[in-house]
Amino acid sequence: MLNLECPDKLPEILPGQFAEVLIDKSSSTYLRRPFSIYDIDYKENSMKMLIKSVGNGTASLYSLVEGDRLNIIYPLGNSFSLPEGNKVLIIGGGVGIAPMLLLTKYLNQKGIKVDVLIGGRTKDDIIEPELYYPYANVMIMTDDGSLGEKGIVTQHSLFANENPGYSRIYACGPDPMMKAVANQAFSRGISCEVSLENLMACGIGACLCCIVETTQGNKTTCVEGPVFNTRQLSGWH
Amino acid sequence: MPELSVDIHNLHLKNPVMSASGTFGYGPEFDDFMDVNRLGGILTKACTSKNRDGNKYPRMAETPMGMLNSVGLQNKGVDYFIESIYPRIEHYETHIIVNVSDSTIDGYVEVAKKLLPLKKITGIELNISCPNVKEGGMAFGTSCPMAAAVTKAVRDVYHKTLIVKLSPNVTNIVEIARAIEDEGADSVSLINTLLGMAIDAEKRKPLLSTITGGLSGPAIKPVALRMVWQVAQAVKIPVIGMGGISNATDAIEFLLAGATAIQVGTANFIDPSVCIKIIDGIEDYLTRHNYSSVSEIIGTLST
Repeated sequence: MLNLECPDKLPEILPGQFAEVLIDKSSSTYLRRPFSIYDIDYKENSMKMLIKSVGNGTASLYSLVEGDRLNIIYPLGNSFSLPEGNKVLIIGGGVGIAPMLLLTKYLNQKGIKVDVLIGGRTKDDIIEPELYYPYANVMIMTDDGSLGEKGIVTQHSLFANENPGYSRIYACGPDPMMKAVANQAFSRGISCEVSLENLMACGIGACLCCIVETTQGNKTTCVEGPVFNTRQLSGWH
Repeated sequence: MPELSVDIHNLHLKNPVMSASGTFGYGPEFDDFMDVNRLGGILTKACTSKNRDGNKYPRMAETPMGMLNSVGLQNKGVDYFIESIYPRIEHYETHIIVNVSDSTIDGYVEVAKKLLPLKKITGIELNISCPNVKEGGMAFGTSCPMAAAVTKAVRDVYHKTLIVKLSPNVTNIVEIARAIEDEGADSVSLINTLLGMAIDAEKRKPLLSTITGGLSGPAIKPVALRMVWQVAQAVKIPVIGMGGISNATDAIEFLLAGATAIQVGTANFIDPSVCIKIIDGIEDYLTRHNYSSVSEIIGTLST
C-alpha cells in the first residue's frame, strides 16, 4: 500500500480513474506504470494506491520509505458510471479490487445498495474487506476456500439466483475473470462495466499503444477507458 | 538572451525543438502539461489516405531504456484529419507539420495534395520509414529508387516545405539521404525506429502481436547520433535529428553533430512537459558557453 500526500490540493478524482507513476529508482523500468487510485482523503490531501509486486518496477516501489517523493500524473481516464437502478454488484479479483473501494463509497453516497464480492486465490489475497463494511454487503470467495465460499467468483452462490435484482455489475480483475463475470451479467440481461488493465506507454492518448477493440473501432484504454461497458467490447459476448 | 530560432527551408522555427510524430498526438493531448505554442513545431501522428485501424494489441513492449511499438499508423485518414482534427489545432502559434504515410505512391500524393490548401499546415514530413506496416512504409525508405520515386512524386504536387523521414534499417543511410535530396526534398529527418523484437521466455511467445516492432527511447540514441552526423556531412539540406532525445544535453549533442533542429519522441511519454525543459535547457547551455545564437553551435563538433 502506497500512502501519498500531495503538496497541492487534490483534484476531484472519480472512481475508476488512475495514475501514471514514474519509477526512477529502477534502472530496468523506463515507462511510467499505471495504477488505480484506491482511496482518497480530500481533507488530508492524501491518497492510497494498492500495488502488487509483479516485476522490477513494482518491486522498486516496495523499497520506498516514508518521506520519499514520487512523480505521478493523475487523475487519468474515464470513470465508472452511475447505474439506472438502485442495487448493484461489485466484483474485485485479487489486486483488481483496487479501484472498487472508491466506487463502493461513491455509489453508497448516491443511495445505491451495493453488494461487494471479493475474490482471491487464498485468504491472503483478500485485501482489507473490513473497509467495505460501512458501505456494502460484503461477500468473499477464495479458490481454496480458506475464506468465504470456495471457488472462482462466478461460482458464488449469489449466481444461483437467476434474478438477483442488480441493475449493474462492476468488475475488475484478471481478464478471464472479467469475461466470465460479463457473461453471467449478459445472460441475465444485466449491464456490466469492467476496468481494463492494458499495457500503456503515455497514459494520455498520444501513443495509441493501449487500444482495445470495440464495436466503434479501436479505443484507447488510457483516455476512453479504462472503464468500458462490456457490450462495447469486441469478442466479449 | 541567446537567439533560439532556426530555419528549416522556409520555415522559421522559434526554437529547434519539435515533437516527433506518433508521440505527441496532434497537440491538444499535451495542453494540460505544457504551452504547446512554445514548440518550434509539432509533427502530427501519421496521416494516410484512408482510415487505418493499425495492428492488434499488444502493440507495445518495454525494453531496457526504451520501448518497442507496433501501432501501425492507426489514424482515421486525411479527410477526417481535415474535417475534424485540423479545426482543433489550427489555433496553435507554431508550425504544424503533418507526417504523411501510405501504402502506395498515389496514396502519398493524394494526402499531400489534400493537405496543401490548409493554411496552418506549413509543411509535411514524408514517413518512408514506418517498420510496422505490411505494405509501403519502410519499404519506401530502404531502397534508393523507391525513396527517390516517392519523394519526386510528392514534390511534383507539393510546393510547401517537404521533409523526408528516414529509416535507420538500412545498410547506408547516406545514400538514401542523397537520393531524396536529389529529388528536391527541403529537409531530411532521422531516425525513425529501429526494427526490433522482444520475447516472453516463460510463455515462449513474442511480446508484440506483430512479432517485430520499432525500437525507440534512449537505447537508440548513439545509433541516431551517428547517423545524423553521417548524413549532415553528406547533404546540403537541413537535417532534423531525433532518436532517444530526453533532455537538453541530448538535444545539444544532435545539434553539434549537424542537426539544425531536433524532435523529441518517446521522452514525451515519460515527462509530458519535457519539450519545454529541453528548450529552456538549450538556452541555458548557450548562455553558459557565451553563444549568442543556437545556429552558432550547429555542426561544430570538434573532431
